[in-house]
Amino acid sequence: MATGTIKVRAKATGGVTEVKALMTHPMETGLRKDKKTGELVPAHFIQEVTCTWKDQTVMAAHWGGTISTNPYLAFKFSGAQPGDEITLKWSDNKGDSDSETAAIS
Amino acid sequence: MIDARRRILLKGSLAAGAVGVAVGAGLLTPRIVLAAWPEAAFKAEAVDAALQSLLGSSSHEANDAIKIKAPDIAENGAVVPITVETDMAGIKSISIIAAGNATPLVAAFDMGENAVGFVSTRIKMAKTSDVIAVVKAGDNVYSAAKEVKVTIGGCGG
Repeated sequence: MATGTIKVRAKATGGVTEVKALMTHPMETGLRKDKKTGELVPAHFIQEVTCTWKDQTVMAAHWGGTISTNPYLAFKFSGAQPGDEITLKWSDNKGDSDSETAAIS
Repeated sequence: MIDARRRILLKGSLAAGAVGVAVGAGLLTPRIVLAAWPEAAFKAEAVDAALQSLLGSSSHEANDAIKIKAPDIAENGAVVPITVETDMAGIKSISIIAAGNATPLVAAFDMGENAVGFVSTRIKMAKTSDVIAVVKAGDNVYSAAKEVKVTIGGCGG
């Protein structure tokens, strides 16, 4: 399991929480050729990203390899208070995963 | 006496360890509604086929309530910032499609009950094409499209 690949911040304004996250991941589509060897670089990308708040899944994303390298993600949900914790988790097509928890400010 | 205490301590830490393992294995966390990764939809080479596979229908209605924020011209197709915003009620999912890519479906976001219609991310685009945002709200599927001109494609090759 990977560690330290997620930076996540969440901010509540007017009852709506905006979550912003940056992940470190190569996001290989499987279609790119290695310039030196001419071989295809095998696909390696994040397939699932989920965000939970108080045992509730507020957002669950399926991604393909066409999300940019080192993915950025932002989304919003309502109902949370400053101080609540959210957890963001990703898993990729090679079975690797990471998660990070942040308090809403 | 000391020995008895050590026993208790050991028992206590063993029990705590077992709970930790259960949480780690996902036994105590609520099951996530997320279905399996829709491989067929992500491998589909046409927009309609991808939508058919993802949402069960390829029909969608253009709607002005969906706003796509994307650059008119993207110099680097490897990093194209896309923001989809809508104030529709009852949003179930937001999908992002780059029509000109070999596999057009880029991402599908399933939104929880508390979701607000807003997602933002960065995508790769192979060439100049429409970016389509498909929003499922209630039982209806709406969409909006915006053309992005790509100077240098970002899908390698």
